[in-house]
Amino acid sequence: MATAVAVERQPRTVSARLLRFIQRSPVHIALLAISVVWLVPTVGLAVTSFRPRGDIQSSSWWSSLTDFSFTLHNYELVLDNAKMGSSFVNSLIITIPSTLLPLAIGALAAYAFSWISFPFRDTIFLLIVALMVVPIQMALVPLLILFRDFGVADWYVGIWLAHTAFGLPLCIFLLRNFFITLPRDLIEAARVDGASNVRIFLKVVVPLSVPALASFGIFQFLWVWNDLLMALIFVQDSDLWPMTIRINQMQSTYGIEWHLLSAGAFLLMIVPLIVFFALQRYFVQGLLAGSVK
Amino acid sequence: MSSTAVPGSVGRPRGRRLPFYKRPSWQGLFFILPAIFLLGLLVVWPLIRTIYFSFGDTNSRLQFTRWVGLDNYERLFTRDKEFLNTEVFPPEGALINNLKWVVVYTSLCLALGLLIAILAARARYESMVKAIVFVPMAISATAVAIIWKFVYDPDPNIGSLNAFLGIFSIDPVAWYGRADVVNYALIFAYVWASTGFATVVISAALKGISEEVIEAARTDGASEWDIFRRIQLPLLSLPIAVVTVWLLINVIKVFDIIYVMTGGGPGGASEVIAFSMVDETFTNAEGGYGAAIAVVMLLLIIPIMAFNIRRFRSERVVN
Repeated sequence: MATAVAVERQPRTVSARLLRFIQRSPVHIALLAISVVWLVPTVGLAVTSFRPRGDIQSSSWWSSLTDFSFTLHNYELVLDNAKMGSSFVNSLIITIPSTLLPLAIGALAAYAFSWISFPFRDTIFLLIVALMVVPIQMALVPLLILFRDFGVADWYVGIWLAHTAFGLPLCIFLLRNFFITLPRDLIEAARVDGASNVRIFLKVVVPLSVPALASFGIFQFLWVWNDLLMALIFVQDSDLWPMTIRINQMQSTYGIEWHLLSAGAFLLMIVPLIVFFALQRYFVQGLLAGSVK
Repeated sequence: MSSTAVPGSVGRPRGRRLPFYKRPSWQGLFFILPAIFLLGLLVVWPLIRTIYFSFGDTNSRLQFTRWVGLDNYERLFTRDKEFLNTEVFPPEGALINNLKWVVVYTSLCLALGLLIAILAARARYESMVKAIVFVPMAISATAVAIIWKFVYDPDPNIGSLNAFLGIFSIDPVAWYGRADVVNYALIFAYVWASTGFATVVISAALKGISEEVIEAARTDGASEWDIFRRIQLPLLSLPIAVVTVWLLINVIKVFDIIYVMTGGGPGGASEVIAFSMVDETFTNAEGGYGAAIAVVMLLLIIPIMAFNIRRFRSERVVN
C-alpha cells in the first residue's frame, strides 16, 4: 500500500484525486467484474439455501433479494432427514485424528532429521520427500485389502491411517525445514546441560515451532475435511459417511433438489470458512508451503 | 563449538572425537521409526503392489488372480476407446480430456492469477479483492461442484449463467449436459477455485520487486506495458514455475469435482485419468486394469515432481 502511494505521489486536491480515479477507472471496473464473478456463484447458492422450496422453483434467487421470504427450514431438513448432522460429526471424527497423528509422528521424525545425526540421515530424508509424488490412486486397492485383512475396514481406523501416511512426507518436509532454522546454540546448550533428545524435542523445539505446526495442521485439517476420494473408498458403512459423500449421495437419492443441496453445501463449507477467516495467516502460509503436494 | 574448532583449520580434524552431543547416534532411528513404519506399510508396500497388479488381473474382491504381462497397458492405449480414441478426429477419451484440462486449466489459472495480482496492486482495496478470489481455495471440490452446478443450471430461473445470457437473448445452454461443452464447464469451475492460489503467490512475489527499479524505469519513459514485460515478468519466472507445477499436479489428480458435478457424464464425456482409475477399479472391479491407469498417473507426475525436488535441493539449507 504505502509503496504505491510513494511512487504515485498522493494527489493533494479533491479534483486531482477525482481525476486520478477516473484515469484508473478501467482498473476499477476490471477489479469489480472479477469480484462479481468470484462472489456471485457462492452468494447465489447461499441465498438459495435460505429460500423455501416452492420459491426456488418459481422465481430466481436474485429476485428474492428484493422480496424477503427466507427460512431455516432447508437446514432443518438437511440436518435431520438427510443425515447431514451425523455426517458433520463423522467428518470431525475422521479429520481430527487424521490431523493430529501425522503432526505428532512427523514432528518426531523431523526433529531427528534436523538435530540428531545418524547414518544415512539425508538419504532417508530425501527418499521420504520423494514419496510426495505418489498419488493416492497408487495405494487405494492394496490399502483396502490390507485394512480388510487386518479387520479395520469397518470403522475409521483405515482412513485415519491412510490420511496419516499420505500426509507424513509433506509434514516431515515442512517441519524439518522449519526445525533447522532454530538457533543451534540453544539446542546445543540444552545438550551440554544433559537434556535428552526427547526433552529437547518437547521443551525446546515444539514450543518454538508453533507457527509451523499450526500451518501444517490447518493445511492437513482442511485437506482431510474436504476429501471425497479416500472417504469413498475407505468408509464403506453409510452411517459413518462424512459430509462430502453425503452431499453427493443426496443428488442421487433426491435428484437435484436445490433447497437441500444448497443447505448441505453450506454446512460443508462452514468449517473451512471459519478456519479461513479466523486463521487466515497460518492458512495461507500452510497452503503456500503445501503447494508441493 | 569452540571445543572442536582448531585454529587455522577448516572443518574438523581427522581422528579427533566429537563431543558426545554431536556424535552420530542410533537414537535418531527411534525418532523416525513410527514414520518409517507407516510410510513403508501404507505407501511403499501398496505402491509396489499396485505396480505388480498392473501386470495382472484381479477377481471381484480385487485379489490378484493371474499374470497378463503388458496386456493392461496395451489395452489402455490401443483398445480402450473410453481412455484414448484416436479413430475419430479430434481424438477423444479420458486421456485427451485430461490434456484439455492441462492446457486450458493451467493457462487460465496462470493468466488470471497474473492479471488479478497486477490489477489489484493498483487499488487501495487490494487485500479485499485477493481475499475474495482466494476464499474458494478453502472449500472442498465437492462444494465447488455444487456451487457451479447451480450456476450452470439449464433453467434460467435457477442458473445464473443462463439468466445472464438471457439478457442478450441467448437460449439456455445445458452446460454440464452436453458432451462438447461439459469439459470446459468443469474446467472453468475449477479455475474459479484455484486462481486464488496463483494470485496470492504471484502477488507476494510482485511485492518483492523493488519500487525504485520500477520508478526509475518510469522516469526513463517506460510504458506500463514495458514495465510489466521487461521488469516484472522476468522477475516473476520462479513463482510462476512454482504455481505451474502445483497446477499440473492438481490437474493430473483431478477427480472430486467431476465425480460430484457430472459423474463422468454425459455418456463418459467428462472422464479423466483419475476418474477412469476409480471407475475401472471399483465400478467394474477390474483391479489390474485400474492399477495400470494408476501407474500411468504416477509416470505423468514423476517428471513434474522431479523438477520440484531439484528445486528443494537447490534451496536446501545445509545443517
